Amino acid sequence: MTEILSDAPVLHTALHDRHVSLGARMVPFAGYDMPVQYPTGILAEHQWARTHAGLFDVSHMGQAFLVGPDHETTARALEALAPADFLNLRPGQQRYSQFLTQDGGIIDDFMVTRSADPDENGTLMLVANAGRKEVDFAHLAAHLPPSVKLMLAPHRGLLALQGPEAARVLSRHCPAASDMPFMTAISTSFDAIPCLVSRSGYSGEDGFEISVRNDKIAVVNERLLAAPEVKPIGLGARDSLRLEAGLCLYGHDIDTTTSPVEAGLQWSIQKRRREEGGFPGDARIQRELSDGPSRRRVGILPEGRAPAREGTVITDLAGNTIGTITSGGFGPTLNGPLAMGYVDSAHAALGTKVNLVVRGNPLPAIISAMPFVPTRYFRSA
Amino acid sequence: MSETRYSKDHEYIRVEGDVGVVGISDYAQSQLGDVVFVELPATGKALSKGAEAAVVESVKAASEVYAPVSGEVTAVNSALEKAPGTINEDPQGEGWFMKIKLSNPSELGDLMSEADYKTYLASL
Repeated sequence: MTEILSDAPVLHTALHDRHVSLGARMVPFAGYDMPVQYPTGILAEHQWARTHAGLFDVSHMGQAFLVGPDHETTARALEALAPADFLNLRPGQQRYSQFLTQDGGIIDDFMVTRSADPDENGTLMLVANAGRKEVDFAHLAAHLPPSVKLMLAPHRGLLALQGPEAARVLSRHCPAASDMPFMTAISTSFDAIPCLVSRSGYSGEDGFEISVRNDKIAVVNERLLAAPEVKPIGLGARDSLRLEAGLCLYGHDIDTTTSPVEAGLQWSIQKRRREEGGFPGDARIQRELSDGPSRRRVGILPEGRAPAREGTVITDLAGNTIGTITSGGFGPTLNGPLAMGYVDSAHAALGTKVNLVVRGNPLPAIISAMPFVPTRYFRSA
Repeated sequence: MSETRYSKDHEYIRVEGDVGVVGISDYAQSQLGDVVFVELPATGKALSKGAEAAVVESVKAASEVYAPVSGEVTAVNSALEKAPGTINEDPQGEGWFMKIKLSNPSELGDLMSEADYKTYLASL
């Protein structure tokens, strides 16, 4: 095991001391000492991000660049490891994908962006999960062709500004931001500070991720926090926001034992790749796409008020085990419990009644559509 | 007159005669964060000291509440089921969980006084 996967919080982001001074409760997460909540608490932070704008320090995530001689070479190198269509990414376009094992299991999920800068034709930017970045980067380094270099970017931090007022706030410092479509990125400046801004995030709301050098991130952080629309948000609300949005958390809802099709992520495998294959686990994934997987990730709404947590056994009404919850808790916007998990495909239809075994008691629940709370991604100006 | 005593697991019991009002301390609620669900025992249930008596859940996690003493549950605060946030707002007042009729009052001697509990919190 690498040091980063241990529980001991040995690493700090560039904003660590600021979180502490804001009164955050710090917890170990993926080797970092990170804010789980600020004094107002998770419920208030969650609601604030849904109604105004929340600022998240996600600098623990792994940022890196793949640099090759031209776009096709770099895109094809990444296509050998992940099933999305990177070749046809337009400049400035962003996509979600997964590194796959030879069996089609998910090593990690990540975002990739084709640089919008014509001078950077052949550059793709990656953002990977904190707890998996070491694994991902070793995997890339072992498999990239010699013409494509992996350049890690630990000198960059990452802020996420999420919520319906995010665009208004960011455009005061970065006027180009407000017109950006969802899942695009630009190289721009925040006031005079160079940064890479993408219109993306993991809250289900409109929002942005701002990649900026560690030595400048405190300035960006303070100027955003100074806006009346903005409050800092910790990992606790980040988790409840993404769960309401139906988004997977690596290590919980997806891992090396789950395929993208089982996880309901087939939308991230574009048509050309489905047909051509040429990625790890392609035979399994093509088979699951045509015949259906044996199990599926589903949304689950308990009928009562009791949350069902990760690891809770799911049974049919006769008491036979049909699956397991992988993320579960309380949705502040939903104002009730919610969960996601895997069930045998025969029980995955929307509206199927199931039981969740919580503290030994079967509690009624229903297989439900995700997202649980409608997403509000920005589609066009 | 009443006396409040505390367990190391941060339950309190406010003893009035042979009945104790049980809940979780202000420290416990602050550690839990926003409470979103509570599961209370049935009235009449016999609890032995240290047994799981209730469940309290925050956005993040579920925690057990243990009986600080042995006895029979004579009342539960069912208002918490609709307003679990009361546990955060007023843990040692309106946020009480249950009343227990003590079957062995000498068990109170195993619990901490208010002053001892403050010392204990300072040591955490």
